[in-house]
Amino acid sequence: MTPKIAIHGLDFYYGANHALKSITLDFPERQVSALIGPSGCGKSTLLRCLNRMYDLYPGQHATGEVMMDGMNVIGPGVDVDLLRSRVGMVFQKPTPFPMSIRENIAFGVRLHERPSRAEMEERVEWSLTRAALWDEVKDRLHTPATGLSGGQQQRLCIARTIAVRPEVILFDEPTSALDPISTLKVEELIDELKRDFTIAMVTHNMQQAARVADQVAFFYLGEMVEVASATTMFTAPREKRTQDYITGRFG
Amino acid sequence: MSDNTQHIVKSYEQELKRLAALITEMGGLVESEVNLATQAVLEGDAELATRVVESDAKVDAMERDIEAFVIRLLALRQPVAGDLRQIVAALKMTGDLERIGDYAANVAKRSKVLGQYTLPFSLAGLGHMSRLVQENLKAIVDAIGEADAEKALRVWRSDEAIDGFYNAIFRELITYMMEDPRNITPCTHLLFIAKNLERIGDHATNIAETVHYAVTGTPLAEARPKADTSPYAVVRPSTGEAE
Repeated sequence: MTPKIAIHGLDFYYGANHALKSITLDFPERQVSALIGPSGCGKSTLLRCLNRMYDLYPGQHATGEVMMDGMNVIGPGVDVDLLRSRVGMVFQKPTPFPMSIRENIAFGVRLHERPSRAEMEERVEWSLTRAALWDEVKDRLHTPATGLSGGQQQRLCIARTIAVRPEVILFDEPTSALDPISTLKVEELIDELKRDFTIAMVTHNMQQAARVADQVAFFYLGEMVEVASATTMFTAPREKRTQDYITGRFG
Repeated sequence: MSDNTQHIVKSYEQELKRLAALITEMGGLVESEVNLATQAVLEGDAELATRVVESDAKVDAMERDIEAFVIRLLALRQPVAGDLRQIVAALKMTGDLERIGDYAANVAKRSKVLGQYTLPFSLAGLGHMSRLVQENLKAIVDAIGEADAEKALRVWRSDEAIDGFYNAIFRELITYMMEDPRNITPCTHLLFIAKNLERIGDHATNIAETVHYAVTGTPLAEARPKADTSPYAVVRPSTGEAE
């Protein structure tokens, strides 16, 4: 299968700090890839390369190839706004805008398109349904999003992300601020979303990677130590460093 | 069976060590049961036989303890990778060891019946076979304790020789039974004893497969060596005519 994103020889620098060292990794289309590793290993940095989040900060730069449909995402001349509509991102803490639930969805859509009122209503319902939130909010779409519970807010953020119909969704520790039941709902949702989207997820929760991911990559000190199917990773990893990390022998 | 790097959670590390110690202890117990049971047969020692039968209850209790411990570890620690393989391996091995204990107890019981007969033939063949079985059992118990996949592989490969002995004994005993119907009772018991020893060998190879997977993470892929042809053996009485 052709990967949706193919990373080859990617290096990343925070000023002089060499944070990612010659990473080569594929993200298969319509699969969930989880990136795991101890804090500071480079997994979130890698995620930030996929939609050029690092562009917002001076002194940070990437070299190498992050190929998506034949385009080097980190190369020159890339329309970053367009890129970010194709590669959506969901963060650790739910970040609803201080607007109504409906506006949280519509706001992002209007940045890229000019849908009719009816089309917009349809899009709002579609994305909230896909985010498994519609039934809980359909009677109060005009109320402030900040009134939702943490788990609902996170699903709203997912709805907002998929409303612009991206091809890839990046999840940066999407459930670390959520309770266990909300966590399971988000995990179920991710499983559902991979039918249409390619998903990359950073998680500190190894059981989550085991539950949700098709492919798991282990990072340590800026290097990618090992990538394998979740089954192989959690039953018989190849590298001793991987084994030590996932069994809890160092952190 | 985990490598030497220490677990961050000390109590988990201790539990894994305790599990390894329990399995090794059970292995040692079963090994000595088999030794005593075969000695009881070969030397006609009824007292040894009684000891084996009595100690089997302890083996059964150990199996229950290890099972309960494994279930607890799975539920509370959610083990992965090498830890997961070690813990699941313990569960499988404890089942194999328990069966081996049962076979040893059965051998011991039959030895008491045999003791009531004066056998007009030698038990040398059975002696050889039981030595091989005990060697393999000792090697596999060591392999468990040392997490030695190479040693496990050697045990796995050497089961063929045991099967060879079993086939020879099978034919030999049938011949004795045909020679004199008074041999039928002791020979039938001996046949079961030999079969039990052969099954012990099979369980040792099962354990070898488990150890290999637990240590290396790769299953033994080759077809398992099988040389037990006795299911197909036909031994007909000679008609005295030239064939």
